[in-house]
Amino acid sequence: MTPRIELRHVSKTFVGSGRMVPALDDVSLKVMPGEFVTVIGASGSGKSTLFNLCVGLLDPDQGSILIDGEEPKSRLGKLGYMPQHDLLLPWRNVLDNVILPRDVQGVARSESRAEALEMFERFGLAGFERDYPSALSGGMRQRAALLRTWLTGCDTLLLDEPFGALDALTRKELQDWLLSVWQEFGRTVVFITHDVDEAVYLADRVIVLGSRPGRVVRELAVELPRPRRQGMVADPVFGSCVRELLGDLGVDT
Amino acid sequence: MKWRRDVAPPLVLVAVLVLGWFFVARWSGLGSFVLPSPGGVLRAAWETRGLLLEAIGTTMLATVIGLALALAAGVGLAAVVDFWPLARRALYPLLVVSQTIQILAIAPILVIWFGFGLAPTVSIVVLFCFFPLTISTADGLASSDPESIALLRAMGARRTQVWRMVRVPSALPSFFTGLRMAVTYSVVAATIGEWVGGSPGLGLYLLRSKNSLATDQVFAAMFVTSLLSVALFLLVRGIERVVLPWYHSSQRQEQWEGQGIY
Ligand SMILES: Nc1ncnc2c1ncn2[C@@H]1O[C@H](COP(=O)(O)OP(=O)(O)OP(=O)(O)O)[C@@H](O)[C@H]1O
Ligand SMILES: [Mg+2]
Repeated sequence: MTPRIELRHVSKTFVGSGRMVPALDDVSLKVMPGEFVTVIGASGSGKSTLFNLCVGLLDPDQGSILIDGEEPKSRLGKLGYMPQHDLLLPWRNVLDNVILPRDVQGVARSESRAEALEMFERFGLAGFERDYPSALSGGMRQRAALLRTWLTGCDTLLLDEPFGALDALTRKELQDWLLSVWQEFGRTVVFITHDVDEAVYLADRVIVLGSRPGRVVRELAVELPRPRRQGMVADPVFGSCVRELLGDLGVDT
Repeated sequence: MKWRRDVAPPLVLVAVLVLGWFFVARWSGLGSFVLPSPGGVLRAAWETRGLLLEAIGTTMLATVIGLALALAAGVGLAAVVDFWPLARRALYPLLVVSQTIQILAIAPILVIWFGFGLAPTVSIVVLFCFFPLTISTADGLASSDPESIALLRAMGARRTQVWRMVRVPSALPSFFTGLRMAVTYSVVAATIGEWVGGSPGLGLYLLRSKNSLATDQVFAAMFVTSLLSVALFLLVRGIERVVLPWYHSSQRQEQWEGQGIY
């Protein structure tokens, strides 16, 4: 099988105000179709930079990035990208926000709206179609941003700390919901988090980025059965995964 | 509800002020030459209604043409300045200087250049109004969120799409603030142009009334000018509410007011 995304020896250094900030150093990784991969690392380890490289907002200094086995001229528009902040446009209501990628693709409004409305129930947004983002709770905003990413129609979704700013309860609820959507539709997900429990709970495979510069220090397969249940956090497999990851991240266990 | 909250307070205040004016004019012994009474002003307006209406028409024509030109110039300049950082650095100081031009000096010169009639008045309106429009539009364009732009680029948006979907909408609130300021100045700017250039319109009406010591007519022209300015302001405000429902939905703001946070 060709990987959805493949990075080969990718390095990226930022040059700004006379300083060089090495963000990523010789990163190689693969994401296979249908996989749920989580990327974990300390703040500043280059996780967001990794995504910006994948979606084509940045170009690597060295190395190459392959999408579905090819190295396209431009990667822009080839992956579904959900940035760290929800970035809902305040002048569009929820419905028009989530169809933004469809607008960009030139799909007629009536068509994309109908398509989006079918998903509102599934994304827990029913009843909020006409609200402006300013009236939404944090959890709702994340759901809307996820639906917007979904409607890019791209098979591979890159989610940058989608639940980072949410309370523990909402976060667990959304984790289970995301897993169920993922299983139902079988898309490929790469999910950034800095929460070890979340990384293990969601993933088929966890990629650990070390800090300054960011390198892949470990890839850990999570051998927990699917569908996942919140009760599995008591499972010894879960515990040992978490312990290993904490060790990789330099936390005493 | 809305009416009682937003419209009634200023109306009541105006009524109180007019009443106060009425009593001062009546019993202060100042005489109608110094302070005409409200009734006197109304009467003067009515008696010269033919002249006044014609003057309003002429002034508003100059105002609207001037505003349209200022709008084109302001938005155009803002776009240029936004596209081209060098133009921003070169033009900004000049824009500011353009606002310090002595209007009393430039107006007669404009008359010399353009002759009597609409042209000099229109130029003064443009001079007054393009500045707030340029600055507010340029600031609005500069305020668009780079992260949102990056998001659109990641979706594969072309530059024109980024403009249409992010840059222009995020510039609109600021643009409308500038437009509201511009229309508020515009009528007064036109009358100043007419006054100094001696071209027909409310400015000339004002000048003639002053010269013939008809204080009540001066007051009448003053109120008419204000009313026209306010009317334009309200018109823009109305358009703004239709164009920017998200900006004015302000559900949260009203909640806050209710909670006494303001
Ligand atoms: N545009 C930029 N210019 C200069 N330096 C940058 C830029 N973007 C990121 N960096 C630097 O690169 C490093 C990695 O940043 P990045 O945002 O990828 O971290 P992150 O792992 O996503 O962190 P967080 O968990 O806090 O979101 C940081 O040291 C950051 O300061
Ligand atoms: Mg980040």
